[in-house]
Amino acid sequence: MIEAVLQISLVVLAAAMIGLVYRLVKGPTVPDRVVALDAMGVNLVSITAVLSMLLDTSNYLEVILLIGILAFIGTVAFAKFLEKGEVVEYDRDQ
Amino acid sequence: MSLLHWAILAPFIMAVFVPFLRKKAATIHTGWFVLILPVVLFGIFLQYLPVTMNNSSIIQTASWIPSLGINFTAYVDGLSLLFVLLITGIGALVVLYSIYYLSKTKESLHHFYVYLLMFMGAMLGVVLSDNVVTLYMFWEFTSISSFLLIAYWYNRDRSRYGAMKSMLITVFGGLMMLGGFLVLSIMGDTFSIRELAAQAPELNNHPLFLLAMILVLLGAFTKSAQFPFYIWLPDAMEAPTPVSAYLHSATMVKAGIYLVARFSPIFAFSGYWFWIVGAVGLFTMLWASFNAVKQTDLKGILAFSTVSQLGLIMSLLGVGAASLHFESLDDNIFTTAVIAAVFHLINHATFKGSLFMVVGIIDHETGTRDIRRLGGLMSLMPVTFTLSIIGAFSMAGLPPFNGFLSKEMFFLSMIQLMELNLFNVETWAVLFPVMAWIGSVFTFIYSMIIVFKVFTGKFQPEKLEKKPHEAPVGLLVSPSILAVLVAVFGLFPNLLSYSLIQPAAAAIVPSIIPPGEHLDVHISFWHGFSPELWMTIGVITVGILLYKFMPKWTGIYDYFPGKVTLNQFYNSGLYAAERGSNAITNAYMTGFIRSYLVYIFAFFIAALGFAIWAKDAFRYDASAAAPIGLYEVSLIFVLLAATITILLAKSRLTSIIALGAVGYTVSLFFVIFRAPDLALTQLVIETVSTALFLLCFYHLPKLSRHEEKRRFQAGNAIIAAGVGIIVTLIGISAHSSKLFASINEYYIENTYKKAGGENMVNVILVDFRGFDTLFEIAVLSVAALGIYGLIKLRLEKGGETNENE
Repeated sequence: MIEAVLQISLVVLAAAMIGLVYRLVKGPTVPDRVVALDAMGVNLVSITAVLSMLLDTSNYLEVILLIGILAFIGTVAFAKFLEKGEVVEYDRDQ
Repeated sequence: MSLLHWAILAPFIMAVFVPFLRKKAATIHTGWFVLILPVVLFGIFLQYLPVTMNNSSIIQTASWIPSLGINFTAYVDGLSLLFVLLITGIGALVVLYSIYYLSKTKESLHHFYVYLLMFMGAMLGVVLSDNVVTLYMFWEFTSISSFLLIAYWYNRDRSRYGAMKSMLITVFGGLMMLGGFLVLSIMGDTFSIRELAAQAPELNNHPLFLLAMILVLLGAFTKSAQFPFYIWLPDAMEAPTPVSAYLHSATMVKAGIYLVARFSPIFAFSGYWFWIVGAVGLFTMLWASFNAVKQTDLKGILAFSTVSQLGLIMSLLGVGAASLHFESLDDNIFTTAVIAAVFHLINHATFKGSLFMVVGIIDHETGTRDIRRLGGLMSLMPVTFTLSIIGAFSMAGLPPFNGFLSKEMFFLSMIQLMELNLFNVETWAVLFPVMAWIGSVFTFIYSMIIVFKVFTGKFQPEKLEKKPHEAPVGLLVSPSILAVLVAVFGLFPNLLSYSLIQPAAAAIVPSIIPPGEHLDVHISFWHGFSPELWMTIGVITVGILLYKFMPKWTGIYDYFPGKVTLNQFYNSGLYAAERGSNAITNAYMTGFIRSYLVYIFAFFIAALGFAIWAKDAFRYDASAAAPIGLYEVSLIFVLLAATITILLAKSRLTSIIALGAVGYTVSLFFVIFRAPDLALTQLVIETVSTALFLLCFYHLPKLSRHEEKRRFQAGNAIIAAGVGIIVTLIGISAHSSKLFASINEYYIENTYKKAGGENMVNVILVDFRGFDTLFEIAVLSVAALGIYGLIKLRLEKGGETNENE
């Protein structure tokens, strides 16, 4: 029973992923794509979690946390890039 | 190492000390020290004369590379002793001459004598080596030292041109010869010339025989300036005159003659040998004597006459090969040709050496070698005049000098060819004496030019740079000695018959001489009114007539178009080769990395595709394949969509984001395929590299920052598709044909038991195969340091470091 539910949720998540990829490909603006990428990261977290339940292992918990952090960092970096044109600014005192 | 080896190496050892002598004893002309060596060597080698007169020989072996069968084997028989005496004897005379010819203060004498000694040692090595590899080594030494000597006045353009030309041609021949030697040694399984000669009959039937012969002959013909390789010799006349006298008349150009004579016992039974050597030699003789007449430079005349005389000797060696086809020695008329070849070899060395020295004296005392500016020197330089008469008359073949005798024997051999019924000679036989006769007429004419255009006629002091006068005694000594030899050998030829000629001739055709017997060498000065005497009389009559009416017929030289000469062919050939290779290189070395990638990938496709097709290596076997789930399929679609987006994206930013999506999807694959460590690393690395791409994107220069779609190129698409297909095919084949089980069972069993860890990937990385990890760390460190260096260390155009910007 639970297995079937997990399978179904995986398929749903994969469908969501394809929808996100459509947005990523189509655009039309860069922020659209960045948001799509961010959402893909969150989607990845869910897929990984469902998968680790399916595979019956706890080895992927780090992966889940890491994706969470990286998706955040990546989105912030993209946002800063779009805002200011660069990711790491020079120190103003120098 | 015996005395013989030390004698060969002595000039090289002496060459090492020459610069010190030049520096420490600057007041004495360096040549005096050098002179001692050839004189001593000449004395040493004279002692071998009694040995070779008995038709016996001396072999001394010193190991060099014994494991490869390459030994420094010195072998003295009649042929090599003859050459050794020529080399050391004329070497001594040339050194003596050069002492007076080259100025002590103006010239860099140490260079000259170092090169000359190197050459002398190399030449001794060539003629005394029994091992073909050592022979080749010394052979190349002669090419190199000759190159150095021709370009002795290296600040002259013509000298460098001549040196390069002779280097290219003789080294080409030398390499061909090396090939011939190697083929021979494969055929006979030995490097020794004597052992090869011993198995000559078997070698004659070997399928590689003709190849070996042609390669060895190429070496001999290039060195001895035979048609069509003679073109380097006239240009080598830019060398100092002692060099021309020594190398380009008496010794180096005879190395090819020596080679032909030395390998006669191996090759000469073949009809090809008879035809190639005989015909090329005779044609060279005719062609070069014809061309010598039109030269205006005295050394140019002598260069062409050298080519012509070498052709004469070569043709005699070729014709002499016919003697091998006769059983008994008594009625073997063709041994005359071999004897004539050896005799003329000696004669040519003497009279040509003296003629070169005479030309050097004329150059030295008048400042020019141009026959159009010279004339009427007879009363001013009587001794030189006498010497040139002796040399030139001997060259023309006039009695009572030695050239007369060898020319008569030359005619005799050529006439006898008409009686030969071998190798289909019959129809062509009459051509041999006719060509020989015409060549001799031209020889007569240019010999007369050398004497009479220079010493008789009108004296033109206004055209000369110096006031001419007789040369100092020192300059005259060497040519005088040679001229005396010319006369003595002419009047008493039998001085040489059994001491030098017979042993040398016996070494050239050993197989026809029964043990304990000798060749009958009796050179008579007068042997009645034979056909060859009438030919000589004809040569003199026609020669005098043609010389008298020279202005009337020299116009025929104008009919020879300047564009089809061999020199023109050589020059344009070099030019075309250079331009052609430039064009080819420029055609494919475009400077665009794109082109090189196209080559690399095209070759990749071609090589692997051919290998799969030729070996029929494609396999498809799905039995080992795992089942495919729905989510794998959907992930694949995600991956495909992202990849296609990268390719079709209009802006770079889209491509970067899509690449990030690809990286994340790959990490998801790692999750599905149960590789948590890989998934972790992949996620982090993907994030970092996406950030780095963004960094690069921002720093693109303003000007070319076009946000435009990639242009479609059919070639690129085909190559990209090809690479993808090939790699896929190989992947499928590799997966379908697993030959043995994986070794992963060992790791699964022992990760905890032996290494004390539970994470197998990490245990493999740091324990089972920690070495790889160490160097991966090293790679990362190098990359980090490299990036730091690239950013911080900027060398300005001036070369200063600018570290704190």
